[in-house]
Amino acid sequence: MRDLAIFLGRRLGGLALTMLAVSFLVFLTLEFNVEGVAVKVLGQFSTPDQRHAWLAENGYLDPFLLRYLRWLAGFVTGHWGTSTYYHEDIARLIAPRLGASAILAGAALLVMVPLSLILGVAAGAREGSLLDRSISLIAIVTTSIPEFASAVFLSAVFVIGLGWLPGVSTMAGGFNLRELVLPVSVLVLASTGYIARMTRSSMAEVMNQPYVRTARLKGASPARIILRHALRNALITPVTVIMLQIPWILSGVIVVEVFFAYRGFGTLLYQASLNADVYLVESCAMVSVLVVVVTQMLADLIYVRLDPRLAAATGRKP
Amino acid sequence: MTGLVLVGGWLVVALLAPLLAPFDPLVSLTPLAAPGAHAPDGRIFWLGTDLLGRDILSRVIYGARPVVGLSLLATGTAYLVGVASGLAAGYFRGWVDTVLSFAAGVVLSFPVLVLYIVVIVALGASYANVVLAVTFGSAPAIFRIVRAIALDVAGRDYVAASVAQGEPAHRILVQDILPNAAPPLLVDFCLRIGYSAITIGALGFLGLGLPPPTPDWGGMVSEGRAMALAFPHLVIFPCLAISSLVVGLSLLADGLNEGGRHA
Repeated sequence: MRDLAIFLGRRLGGLALTMLAVSFLVFLTLEFNVEGVAVKVLGQFSTPDQRHAWLAENGYLDPFLLRYLRWLAGFVTGHWGTSTYYHEDIARLIAPRLGASAILAGAALLVMVPLSLILGVAAGAREGSLLDRSISLIAIVTTSIPEFASAVFLSAVFVIGLGWLPGVSTMAGGFNLRELVLPVSVLVLASTGYIARMTRSSMAEVMNQPYVRTARLKGASPARIILRHALRNALITPVTVIMLQIPWILSGVIVVEVFFAYRGFGTLLYQASLNADVYLVESCAMVSVLVVVVTQMLADLIYVRLDPRLAAATGRKP
Repeated sequence: MTGLVLVGGWLVVALLAPLLAPFDPLVSLTPLAAPGAHAPDGRIFWLGTDLLGRDILSRVIYGARPVVGLSLLATGTAYLVGVASGLAAGYFRGWVDTVLSFAAGVVLSFPVLVLYIVVIVALGASYANVVLAVTFGSAPAIFRIVRAIALDVAGRDYVAASVAQGEPAHRILVQDILPNAAPPLLVDFCLRIGYSAITIGALGFLGLGLPPPTPDWGGMVSEGRAMALAFPHLVIFPCLAISSLVVGLSLLADGLNEGGRHA
């Protein structure tokens, strides 16, 4: 138990250090050039005098490190500033949008995970078969199509062609499952292939192991071999692969939300970027990275827990 | 094989664009003409025209240039940075490795598009900044691959022999370690150009890529989206273009992978 605590402690320390470095990078990139900040906040047509007055008033003439520490302190305590585009408190602006995106990403994962695992296991269990090669080819093709392109293709078929689904997902009339179908489908198409292929290689590798051969020689049925012997070991890698796909899913979420006009975190960041809303971009960037870093840490923990060979690292009995 | 044909095809299109495009991609003629319609001077708009009357086929052809060119350039620079730092980290280890690995980890914790948005909001949208942002996004992953290989190879006997002979570090890195990294890196290179192309397309779609009126596939989709319901040809062709390019790259990478394994 003590080893687990040390392991966790070290991971959390790493997380904090990474977040610190990220915050410094983000602040450096966006607020080192104070003139630039003034222009973005006050607009292109502001005069140098106006900008200078604003800079002086808001503490921008202080040294960079001081400004950084002030911002960091504010960020950690939940004071994220006000959005120059929405004119609202940023923390209160982000929360509901984050929830909406979580619903979208969650629904996508709900479909993606079982689908890709089943496809990957089926392909890997019979390496080289027609099934395997077809699944691999489909996987390669689907992951190669950018989200906005598959959104266009799906919309062309289901919105323009068949008219079965709505073209936008603004949820203007309250929550509507039909409006989630296309955005979720695009996200699923984008990532399923990659996870399926990773699962497939892991499964294929496991199926070639001596203990599987032994089970086959003992006369075990293919189903029993797969379910009882192969699956547990084959699934270790895919689980972590899924968690490590989160950064890509987040990027995809941004594109999908913008395409379907879904009021989530992605469209928020998008509006912020179009309108040079510096504070909102900073906060959104920090939140995105936090999500990625936390899921990466969870992936680490799950990986260590699942792989009995690593039990020593956490002092757990295998 | 299909991959080679697709990629080769787009390379040719990008290089020979002025010779292949029937119209000037920036000139406005008949707005929203349907595919196959005729221009005022009798030529045919094979893929129709966009909102501003520009021939879509020509814009798709010319649009290959920034996508192919920038993906190649950005992936190339990402490789320079990634390989150099990966070799250094894997060979010298110690604090060099710790610092570089930490830096790579920090950059990797940004979702790719978020990283790009931060860079582009701060520095503005231009060819150089797009390349910079894409390089940032890809370099850490390359760093990790090269570092792992370097760590593995550095422990081998022939490297120890070189060290004992007094070979300078940079010679060992280039002659002993780098050749081992080449095969997996080649496969990765093709895939990564594809990812860069996807990201450049996505940036164009989000309106954060190259400034108009440069023909840019993502930008074309973004511009045509509003009218897509009535005029699907505005968005379908650029999407087919970028999809075929990246599918080609992925198939090529897969083919190289298979070939490497059978060799």
